[in-house]
Amino acid sequence: MDAILLQILNGLDKGSAYALIALGLTLIFGTLGVVNFAHGALFMIGAFCAVTLQRILNLSYEEIDPTQTDFLGNPLVVKVPYVQAWFGPEMGGSIIDWSVPLAILFAIPVMIFVGFAMERGLIKHFYKRPHADQILVTFGLAIVLQEVVKYFYGANPIPTGAPEAFRGSFDFGVLLGFDPNAIIYPYWRLIYFAFAAVIIGGVFSFLQFTTFGMVVRAGMADRETVGLLGINIDKRFTFMFGLAAAVAGLAGVMYAPINSPNYHMGMDFLVLSFVVVVVGGMGSLPGAVAAGFLLGILESFASMNEIKSIIPGIDQIIIYVVAIIILLTRPRGLMGRKGVMED
Amino acid sequence: MFGLNKKDTSLLLVVAVLTLFAPFILNPFPTESGLAQFNAGYPDLMQRFVIFGIFAVGFNILFGLTGYLSFGHAAFLGVGSYSAVWMFKLLSMNVIPAIILSVIVAGLFALLIGFVSLRRSGIYFSILTLAFAQMSFNLAYSVLTPITNGETGLQLTLDDPRILGVSATADGSIPVTSLFGLEMRSTYEMAVAGWNFQFSAGYYLCAIIMLVSFYIAVRIFRSPFGLMLRAVKCNQNRMRYTGLNTRPYTLAAFVISGMYAGLAGGLMASMDPLAGAERMQWTASGEVVLMTILGGAGTLIGPVLGAGFIKYFENIFSKINDNVLHQWFGFLPDGIEDFVVFIIHPFIGKGWHLTLGILFMLVVIYLPGGLVEGGQRISRLFKKNKSSDDGAAAKTTPAE
Amino acid sequence: MGILEVKGVGKRFGGLQALGDVNLSVQENTVHAIIGPNGAGKSTLLNCLVGKLIPDTGSVMFDGQSVLGRSPHEINQMGISRVFQTPEIFADLTVLENVMIPCFARRDGSFRMHAFGSVRNESDMLEKAETMLDDVNMLSKAHLHAGSLSRGDKRRLEMAMCLVQEPRLLLLDEPTAGMARADTNNTIDLLKEIKTKRDITMCIIEHDMHVVFSLADRITVLAQGTPLVEDTPQNIKGHPKVREAYLGEAQV
Repeated sequence: MDAILLQILNGLDKGSAYALIALGLTLIFGTLGVVNFAHGALFMIGAFCAVTLQRILNLSYEEIDPTQTDFLGNPLVVKVPYVQAWFGPEMGGSIIDWSVPLAILFAIPVMIFVGFAMERGLIKHFYKRPHADQILVTFGLAIVLQEVVKYFYGANPIPTGAPEAFRGSFDFGVLLGFDPNAIIYPYWRLIYFAFAAVIIGGVFSFLQFTTFGMVVRAGMADRETVGLLGINIDKRFTFMFGLAAAVAGLAGVMYAPINSPNYHMGMDFLVLSFVVVVVGGMGSLPGAVAAGFLLGILESFASMNEIKSIIPGIDQIIIYVVAIIILLTRPRGLMGRKGVMED
Repeated sequence: MFGLNKKDTSLLLVVAVLTLFAPFILNPFPTESGLAQFNAGYPDLMQRFVIFGIFAVGFNILFGLTGYLSFGHAAFLGVGSYSAVWMFKLLSMNVIPAIILSVIVAGLFALLIGFVSLRRSGIYFSILTLAFAQMSFNLAYSVLTPITNGETGLQLTLDDPRILGVSATADGSIPVTSLFGLEMRSTYEMAVAGWNFQFSAGYYLCAIIMLVSFYIAVRIFRSPFGLMLRAVKCNQNRMRYTGLNTRPYTLAAFVISGMYAGLAGGLMASMDPLAGAERMQWTASGEVVLMTILGGAGTLIGPVLGAGFIKYFENIFSKINDNVLHQWFGFLPDGIEDFVVFIIHPFIGKGWHLTLGILFMLVVIYLPGGLVEGGQRISRLFKKNKSSDDGAAAKTTPAE
Repeated sequence: MGILEVKGVGKRFGGLQALGDVNLSVQENTVHAIIGPNGAGKSTLLNCLVGKLIPDTGSVMFDGQSVLGRSPHEINQMGISRVFQTPEIFADLTVLENVMIPCFARRDGSFRMHAFGSVRNESDMLEKAETMLDDVNMLSKAHLHAGSLSRGDKRRLEMAMCLVQEPRLLLLDEPTAGMARADTNNTIDLLKEIKTKRDITMCIIEHDMHVVFSLADRITVLAQGTPLVEDTPQNIKGHPKVREAYLGEAQV
């Protein structure tokens, strides 16, 4: 029982990331009809927003500390981050410590700008081109973005820590009456899950309760008719692209402490997110979210030793196997509408 | 000739001449000159040109003719490589059985994957092939380690059985791949004046196989079967109501292109007998897509051009460094020189992929027909200039 | 015994009875028209004949063999060709290639791995395709891209693609739908020409009564999924039930 609970918990953080990326992919596909292979790159850019802010906050000047000496007896030169100089060592120190959550504020405008630029500069010209062309050009864009990041940040993963306060783990088992240490779960992962839930809830209520969201939903259902009603769909769709980019970016920011950002993390997540979208149903938002969590949890179950000993290697391929079975038996996915991109 | 019309025959002959004389053509600069780094006429690189040429020509049979965009073709290349290395381990170091086995195994693997994936089309097909390839990659890394040797990659060892050969040579080293005794690595060097031309047995084997594969591709393009594949790309509905079953046509195209990929993988292993899982990764599949599109999907010569173009510039660009740039732009005033080098720097050396990505995007946006279309446009531009001159001349005549 | 025998065919979509109890018999070498107002079930019936839909009840026999459960390409191979409402052609191929594909389909069956032949050397097939194009006055356009043709020419080409297969039954799905008057007349002339030149069995689904009057030997009027009457054009014209069906629609 506790083992099952543990696996479900373990699946949650990866599932959250899948769900957030798949949500953005679906928003873009559903509204704009574009298959965006560069979406993983947005996730990656988000993670590097966290890295960038951490670096900015750590910008320092050198100062001679008269109270300390180095091993030769000379006064020690220490680096003092500007933030600490401005806000005092205490406050400045905690600002640096909290750089990842703070990066959320930093990432939102950056990601919206990147999303707008992408849509206006490139994607716009591909609405009427075949899906294969869309895949190809966004695939090219993904390579470009990834290489640009690699140029500025290097090829190695960059550890980006969570705030000190959240580095520990939480003993879930005790809470539920199991033995101590039976279910241990890092705080940050818990926060990641909660954060994802908030974002997903936010996106859904935005679509559900605002006029804007209503128009977008109508546009997803029937783009032409909404266009005929005289509503400027294009402008709203540009905004949707910015929103989808922001969701992917925030998913990336918060994922930085879980997995040190590297330039190819976008591509790694992209393949899986596409699989998630397909399993959930092309164009279905609830489907994308449900499938994200489902596959994340399935993956973590498949990596249990008990299961691996029965079917070796199942943890490596479970997601793909599920996707293949779904595509062949129910091509519209778990919750997709019939006829969306079916042949 | 060869059952081809005049135009195709001359195309084939041009490709034949280019590949057979590649050691000369790709080596235009004397060894001592400063431009020698742009030479590409050494065996290792030339082998890559033709092997990736085969891969891209095969991919084009699927994507160029039927329009089905596979993102998993590297899996077949990987399977081909593994089969070839196993043949070297178990049977003999002769490349022929290895290549034959790699084509057969890749073909069977393609039959299996194609049978499932082709039940869907469009983006679903792309994602299915992607999923299958990524699955094979993951398996090759993990559970299939007894067959693939996991992360290390499959290599030859001194205690391989090699039934028809020897486990180790007389001096105790691992035997090398050969074609009935002709070692693949054997190279004849010809020094003429300042030039040093290298003729490698391995390259010529690859080149001849490439020519044969190219010839087969031309025949397929011009055959009724090829016409049907182009019809698949156009209008599957009309095909069905014309009494044609589209499924076996697409499956046949998929298997053929998978066999081409297997052949490329087998040749790769024959030149350098090791095989690793990274050859199957989806970015490797992406590379063949880039080659085909960049050269011109659906055209005969495009994929070969694309493969040559990408592999050549990959090699050259990664060799250019800041020193070379400073040499080139040395004539500029210092400040401007530094600035130009600063601007170009991200695109060279390790930044080659950035250049490739940008180039690829530009091609998809502005030149969907790839390099071939670019060439056609340029030649049309010249013709137009000519004819508009004629037209102007004709117009002025009545005024006389 | 007609070449096409439809007996008791019914089809439901959820709560909608699209086809009731349809009986139909198309005689060889005649032109049989099925007309009816919008929503009468004409298209559903046609889709049942070509294998796109499978009816819930009844049987469809073509030349003594059931077509039910067969896929469209198998039904075509039995000898039924179909012309679509909007011409379905191979837009990226040349006009000649468009006509050669059905020639190959007739000769080689639904699949043949003919990868080492050369289209250029198939002189029989070329000749057949060219003769066909000549027949529909399109030989001069043989090397144009089919996608660049005018709408009327696309219709002509599609017709040629069907006729070159020498079908035993040619099904036409509203061949003049959405056409301007001039185009409609051209199409009618083309069909008449085909009818006089060759012995062919045609079954035309049509919304517009006037299109088929000069063409059809027999007309079945379909309304609300069931055949109202079947008779010669002359008798149909004044038939009260037909007037009712059409006038009823006209008032809407």
